Amino acid sequence: MNDALLSLEAIHVAYGKVEAVRGVNLALGEGQITTVIGANGAGKTTLLSAAAGLLPWSGRARYQGEDLSRMTVEDRVERGFCLVPEQRALFGDMPVLDNLLLGAFVRRRDKAYVKNSLESVFEQFPRLAERQAQLAQTLSGGERQMLAIGRALMSQPRLLLLDEPSLGLAPTIVRDVLKRVRGLRDQGVSILLVEQNARAALDVADYAYVMDTGEFVLEGKAADMASDPRVMATYLGGGVE
Amino acid sequence: MIPARSFALFAVLALLALPAVAPPFLVTLMSHVGVSSLVVLGLVLLTGIGGMMSFGQAAFVGIAAYTTGWLTTALGWSPWLGLVFALALTAASALAIGAITLRLGGHFLPLSTIAWGLSIYYLFGNLEPLGRHSGMLNIPPITLGPVSFMSQTAMYYLIWTFTLLATLFCLNLLDSREGRALRLLRGGAHLMGSIGMDTFRTRLRVFVIAGILAGLAGWLYAHMTRFISPAPFEVKISIEYLLMAMTGGASQVAGATVGASLIVLIKNWLQDLLPHLTDNPAQLEQVAFALMLILILRFARSGLMPLVLKLVKRMPRPVDVQAGLLPKRRLPATGETVLEVDAVERRFGGLVAVNKVSFNVKAGEIVGLIGPNGAGKSTMFNLITGTLSVSSGTVRFLGKDTRRLSQRQIAALGCARTFQHVKLRPAMSLLDNVVGGTYLRTQAGYIKSGLKLDREEEERARLEALMRLEQVGLAERAHDLAGDLPLGQQRVLEIARALALDPVLLILDEPAAGLRKKEKDALAALLRKLRDDGLTILIVEHDMDFVMNLVDRIVVMVFGQKLREGDPTTIRRDPAVQEAYLGGLA
Amino acid sequence: MSLDIILILLIDGLSTGAIYLLAGLGFVLVFSVTRVIFIPSGDIAAFAALTLAAFQSRTVPGSIWLVAAMAALACLAECMTHLRNGTARRLPHAIFFYAVLPLIPCIVGLMIAKQDVPEALRIVTTMALILPMGVLIDRLTLRPLATSSTLILFIVAIAVHFLIAGIGLIVFGPEGVRTNPILDGVTTLPGGVVVPAQQILMMIVALLLSFVFYLFFGRSITGKALRATASNRVGARLMGIRPERAAATAYLIASGLAAIVGILIAPVTTMYYDSGFMIGLKASVGAIIGGMASYPITAIGSVFIGILESWASFLASDYKEIIIFSVVIPVLIWRSFAVHRDGDEEIEELA
Repeated sequence: MNDALLSLEAIHVAYGKVEAVRGVNLALGEGQITTVIGANGAGKTTLLSAAAGLLPWSGRARYQGEDLSRMTVEDRVERGFCLVPEQRALFGDMPVLDNLLLGAFVRRRDKAYVKNSLESVFEQFPRLAERQAQLAQTLSGGERQMLAIGRALMSQPRLLLLDEPSLGLAPTIVRDVLKRVRGLRDQGVSILLVEQNARAALDVADYAYVMDTGEFVLEGKAADMASDPRVMATYLGGGVE
Repeated sequence: MIPARSFALFAVLALLALPAVAPPFLVTLMSHVGVSSLVVLGLVLLTGIGGMMSFGQAAFVGIAAYTTGWLTTALGWSPWLGLVFALALTAASALAIGAITLRLGGHFLPLSTIAWGLSIYYLFGNLEPLGRHSGMLNIPPITLGPVSFMSQTAMYYLIWTFTLLATLFCLNLLDSREGRALRLLRGGAHLMGSIGMDTFRTRLRVFVIAGILAGLAGWLYAHMTRFISPAPFEVKISIEYLLMAMTGGASQVAGATVGASLIVLIKNWLQDLLPHLTDNPAQLEQVAFALMLILILRFARSGLMPLVLKLVKRMPRPVDVQAGLLPKRRLPATGETVLEVDAVERRFGGLVAVNKVSFNVKAGEIVGLIGPNGAGKSTMFNLITGTLSVSSGTVRFLGKDTRRLSQRQIAALGCARTFQHVKLRPAMSLLDNVVGGTYLRTQAGYIKSGLKLDREEEERARLEALMRLEQVGLAERAHDLAGDLPLGQQRVLEIARALALDPVLLILDEPAAGLRKKEKDALAALLRKLRDDGLTILIVEHDMDFVMNLVDRIVVMVFGQKLREGDPTTIRRDPAVQEAYLGGLA
Repeated sequence: MSLDIILILLIDGLSTGAIYLLAGLGFVLVFSVTRVIFIPSGDIAAFAALTLAAFQSRTVPGSIWLVAAMAALACLAECMTHLRNGTARRLPHAIFFYAVLPLIPCIVGLMIAKQDVPEALRIVTTMALILPMGVLIDRLTLRPLATSSTLILFIVAIAVHFLIAGIGLIVFGPEGVRTNPILDGVTTLPGGVVVPAQQILMMIVALLLSFVFYLFFGRSITGKALRATASNRVGARLMGIRPERAAATAYLIASGLAAIVGILIAPVTTMYYDSGFMIGLKASVGAIIGGMASYPITAIGSVFIGILESWASFLASDYKEIIIFSVVIPVLIWRSFAVHRDGDEEIEELA
């Protein structure tokens, strides 16, 4: 697929002698939510970290038609390719406001842009506006996730990689976070969503891949996958054909 | 390839024969090599093996040299009394410095040893009884009965006797109970705590040993040169010792002598050469050594020893199957409560990772703890094993409240664990990794080990480890390096190590991750067998087939709270559990 | 002891403390961004003093050749890295930053060395010449090891000190120097105590720069980016903040502070090629008091060290170094009791 915003072909990621991701192919369409679901330990986070440039990988990867193999994490960010990692990676000893301002670091020189971005993030996440002077480490789990996403949005990315945004969040907050993810797609951001919470992810996604022990075992339209019994099996046992 | 013993014998013979064939200046030079080797030996234990760093070794040498120098000249005492006081003073200094810095981050020890090394240097240079900057003259030679070590050759033999004995001591030590603790230091405090080792004390002891070795070197130095001044005890000289250790190969005992020889020879050569080239030979020498150190750290971090080791054939020592067994503990009767978790809570800043969770584990059952990623299972494990402290609530293990107990004390009560992220020493053999687990069941201390008086117990411990390896099916690879195992097998190796503690409760964090189907079946069979032998097992695992077919009871956690508790079939059918795993939004 | 002496010692201590404060801020900054305890910053301070002294005595300072050689090597290393990584398009950028920029003050320095020029120009040239030193040292020795443990980085930093102090002797010679005071004359305090204006200047500069430092980290986005790198390296990278650039900025600021330290101290203390080590170590005591993390506590600690030094040199001058370094002990004891039980420490890999 040449028209894909992000395409991964035969991606392998290894920690020492252990291959955590084995020959994965993925194409992410512009303006869509693509999700990778699978049980814990399937290699989803590893795949995402490698795609973002945080881990060494082998294979072919292109973003906007450009080869990713020579690009650092920071090069990707400058081109609107942003990762919100599983650990959130907030600046805990800095206020919420500074966390957000640093989100726009790559476009720091355009003061008007930063101001607009900040206003729009505060509009989407009013809670962050209330807490802007608080240190990030004092936030609750849900607020931290909002801050992590809000911080990534500050640079108005073209492609957003979300690693387990529902991790450790109560169901009502998960629903809220995923509603916002869909809202982002409607604003034109393409999203690669990695989730363990399969139903929630399939509910918002357009296209889905199911990952099991380092490989993609299923793929298809998210709507079709939601009712597929084989998805259930990868989680609660029984094996996938 | 030459067997290691022949190689060592050859080296000793060469040292023995040297004064007969070599010119006197080379004998003197080699005496200096011997003295430096002692200091570097301490650095190898400290830095290469223990992962600590000191810039104060030259100051330790100085303390010992000045102690014996002052006692033998001002008071006219025997050099042997000088030795006793020199070693006592260096050991006491090391103990004091270590006690206040070794609990802190890695950089505080080197930084404070620099400050301390400089202070000592200034002290030597300012104290009137120590001769200020001009130093002390006419230190008497060592005598032993009728023998006087006045001549360079006699001193050469004395120095090398000490150096070789110290090397042997260190080799013995590393192959013993406390030596293993030392080799595990770099595995981190959690690994050590889980098998009952004390990180801080192990660090402190090795720092004191390194200090004593430097002290011994200082005593020999003072009576060899019979004149001392502050200059050889500067911080700059500590860097030279470090360079020697890095050149030789900081993780090998024999690297100390290799590195010391090379650097002393290069130094001697530079001191001949540089005065012809420049007016500041000392500074140029300093530049050369600093540059060498930077380049070695960048390009050849393991030093020269790997090259030497290529020539040497080392056979792993076989395990003595005739050795006796280690004592075993009495397990509680089936059905007795082993673990009680009561309303336990753990907060991290604004996050509540574990929220008022209660459950029990009874002797002789396998309990599974499951839940989606981020549910707080690993935190729960860390609270039970004492790796983390609870914010509120109580954990009772065998009826004892563990809130005030350290990880080590909980391990000593009979709680053994494995880790989600495998914690092994990849460069140690499988056997050595597992013998580490017997630490709490053995007693041998440093002196016993260094003098090889610990062999009976050591053989028992090794046999115990081999039996545990057999139990998990890894006995054939006992002498391979742990790092050569696939990740899944490394998890199994961790189980063998945990079993070597002779535990009451075995806590397993994702033991089946990375195993193939057949290996998983074997693991399940092993765990069932262990249960039938009376062991109690608590397990976190994501492979549901594995868990459901293995455990007697399941506790499900979600968002830090307990969601359900019950037998596997009920749990699998429970809609709330299915929802927790697959998400409840559809 | 009269009140006059107490006052004199206090002012002397405050001005010395001002010096340690500036150096200490640099220490904490570099450590928090790169995990390097940058002992060579003391040498950089000494080189600044020797450079200015050379200009004042109408000679070409040896640091010009040193900086030029380091720039050439660093530029070579940077270009080779780019060629190896296939990022040849960045070559002009690398040449500009690692060769052209550091060479400009070298050339200016050569031009003014033997001329009668205003004192201010000499000071500015000295600053500009010394400024890139930290960055160049980092590029040549520390950055290739950036992922190593704190311990390895520390050993390298110490080795770098001995390396450049040795080179310092070769390029500057063994003679001690004193520069002309920037502010001449004395001020008489009420009560009749006479204070050299230079000491007042040291305190004012330290106060002023601390304030600038505070503004920089509290307000500017570059300052915040440095704090972010210290706070969460991965998080900072994901915002597009390049760690090597953050490190370069930290080294640049630390070198600048060190240069100011050297220029301020040279009129009141005789400086030799190896005087930097002691300045660096004493400033690091201040930074240890601040736990290598807190700027305000480091500032207080540094001032305390300065006052302690002036008292120690008055009461027991032979033992002043010993007294100052002994202060570390209670501080470390206090810190070691504050260590909490949770969390695994960094695993130091040496071999």
